[in-house]
Amino acid sequence: MNPVIVYSVVVLGLVAAGAAVILFVVAKKFKVDEDPRIDEVTEMLPGANCGGCGYPGCRGLAEALVQAADNGDLGGLTCPPGGNEVMAGIGEYLGLAVEESGPTVAVVRCGGTREKAPAKLEYDGPARCSIAHSLFAGESGCPYGCLGLGDCVVACDFDAIHMNGDSGLPEVDEEKCVSCGACVTACPRNLIEIRPSGRKNRRVWVACQNREPGGVARRACSAACIGCGKCVKACPEKIQAITLENNLAYIDPAKCIACGKCILACPTGAIQATFEPVKPKPKPAAAEAAPSGS
Amino acid sequence: MRMKTFPQGGVHPPENKISAEAPIQVLDRPSRVQIHLGQHLGAPAVPLVQKGDRVRVGTRIGEGKSFISAHVHSSVSGTVVKIDDVLDASGYRRPAVVIDVEGDEWEESIDRSPELVREIKLDAHAIVERIKDAGVVGLGGACFPTHVKYMFPEGKQADTVIINAVECEPYLTSDHRLMLERADEILVGAQILMKASGVNRVIIGIEANKPDAIELMARKARSVNGIEVAPLKVQYPQGAEKQLIKALLNREVPSGKLPLDVGCVVNNVGTALAVYEAVQKNKPLVERVVTFTGRHLERSGNFMVRLGVPVSAMAARLELNISEDTAKVISGGPMMGKAIAGLEIPVTKGTSGIVLLEAGAAQRLTVQNCIRCGRCVTACPMGLEPWRLEKLAQLDRFEECEAAGAADCIECGSCSYTCPSARPLLDYIRHGKANVMRMRAERRQK
Repeated sequence: MNPVIVYSVVVLGLVAAGAAVILFVVAKKFKVDEDPRIDEVTEMLPGANCGGCGYPGCRGLAEALVQAADNGDLGGLTCPPGGNEVMAGIGEYLGLAVEESGPTVAVVRCGGTREKAPAKLEYDGPARCSIAHSLFAGESGCPYGCLGLGDCVVACDFDAIHMNGDSGLPEVDEEKCVSCGACVTACPRNLIEIRPSGRKNRRVWVACQNREPGGVARRACSAACIGCGKCVKACPEKIQAITLENNLAYIDPAKCIACGKCILACPTGAIQATFEPVKPKPKPAAAEAAPSGS
Repeated sequence: MRMKTFPQGGVHPPENKISAEAPIQVLDRPSRVQIHLGQHLGAPAVPLVQKGDRVRVGTRIGEGKSFISAHVHSSVSGTVVKIDDVLDASGYRRPAVVIDVEGDEWEESIDRSPELVREIKLDAHAIVERIKDAGVVGLGGACFPTHVKYMFPEGKQADTVIINAVECEPYLTSDHRLMLERADEILVGAQILMKASGVNRVIIGIEANKPDAIELMARKARSVNGIEVAPLKVQYPQGAEKQLIKALLNREVPSGKLPLDVGCVVNNVGTALAVYEAVQKNKPLVERVVTFTGRHLERSGNFMVRLGVPVSAMAARLELNISEDTAKVISGGPMMGKAIAGLEIPVTKGTSGIVLLEAGAAQRLTVQNCIRCGRCVTACPMGLEPWRLEKLAQLDRFEECEAAGAADCIECGSCSYTCPSARPLLDYIRHGKANVMRMRAERRQK
């Protein structure tokens, strides 16, 4: 036999044996005990790494879930894109009950379409909302309104939000939206809110964030909330879902019964809904709403 | 003789100093002024007046309470109508005092005689107090409260005061006209600053495109001890503090440090005049010189404007009809100024000029891909790599922006000016810088 081959085999064999011993010792000595459940739970999660749960990626949430399971309470942890189904599976695996949360969706709180909030200026800088926001109040002059440059669209990992070319406002695709909240963070004007989808997908929201006095707000946008308080009065007495603060109305989704009375009461059309409000003509409008004097 | 300038980067845009020959005119008083409470760098002033109060010219209407802040004074006499949020140059509403003008009564403590007072009676401490009381801020545009510059921290001492009369921004001529018309007062102002800082050397830096100002200032300065006038080669951004120090004294301000760390205090020439008036005449900062200009306008001019007067008053005085061909209105110079929302915004302490651009000049060119030519790197006076900072900021990679020196950017715009692909370099670098600053503030809080 060729001695070169013999030497090679022997030398390499010795090196391999030595390395194997070192690796064995190191693996034993520096072994990190990781809960095998973390890997299992990570597998169950959607794997989008969207960050909607507030943790860095799916593995981050899995670690938090396993740790929470050891403490015996999974409260507060949820995977928005996975929804109840995924969470129920994980709960079963970890042997703990999971609070079921209703479906939620991102809602754009600005009604300043090109028609209602016409542009008075022209912005020619880079198409980034964050940059435009730092430079000026916006083309329409509303310092709270949508800048229309699409930072939310870029932020969305699920292709669920798009700019409407006619209105100049973003629109949420309910089918695709997993309410991860990436667009909420991306919007420099805090216009997007994650709200419950509502019973039978009926929901009502104030599509405005303008906190200026009514007259000033109206000058920039005809669909601005002017803080008149008519919606507060229109809201059924037992419900009282609407609060008025800093010239701006807010509808608490936890209280709102989606009767639509505030929509009819709003003089500027700042309140939007996923349904057509029924005008209270001959018959009582909503069964669950208590009849009021006015 | 080879003239001094800073060695690294810089550009030379067309100067367009159209209004250089126009003497400073005093603008008539309007019927109403809107005086913003935040006209300076730092915390806005706290209003001292209420609706219905009578004020006179020089009455303090806003008090700067925190360390970096400045007082605000009424620029007119009349009645306070309201304290409300008023549109500022960016289109956002900020708190302001609105005053209806009646007559022109001045506070009695103000010496309104035109006599030149050469003798400086106050000591250094009293001078700084006067400057603070008068609400003087840097009139070059950044509006940094002047008195703060002269409150040296323990163990620091300056050896030179630099008077910045460079006016490197194209179009603007307000500093140029001030030197030609108020040279004596400026020189006394410079002496006051000398006394306030305890130095015996003042250098007035003037770019060579103002030969008449150089000649006049140099002649008048000959009779004053310690003041020298230095002509500088025309190069933008020479008016930036760090570049000016490098050009005049060949000293480099290290990253993250202040001019005082290399023994300098830099003040604008307009600030020197404001200091003279504050200290010798007890007059608060209630007016400033503003250039109103544009290449396509029939007339342009320089005006002494009371603070809070709408910009449109200057157009009215020039009998200009601002028509369709004006595409952009800029407050400040075309390089560093900001486009404003309209002519109805009030003049503030930082309004050095109003430049109207015609459609062709205002338009941004189509953005093309970076061709790696490196012109932005050559042009950057701070030795940064603008193309790289732009890319990083565009991708929101702010940690890397910080490592690449985004915080050192002086936002002069030389990179954007020189880019053959018309890339919005500065827009993105500012975005990166703002986030780096935010990150640093957060880190400090922890």
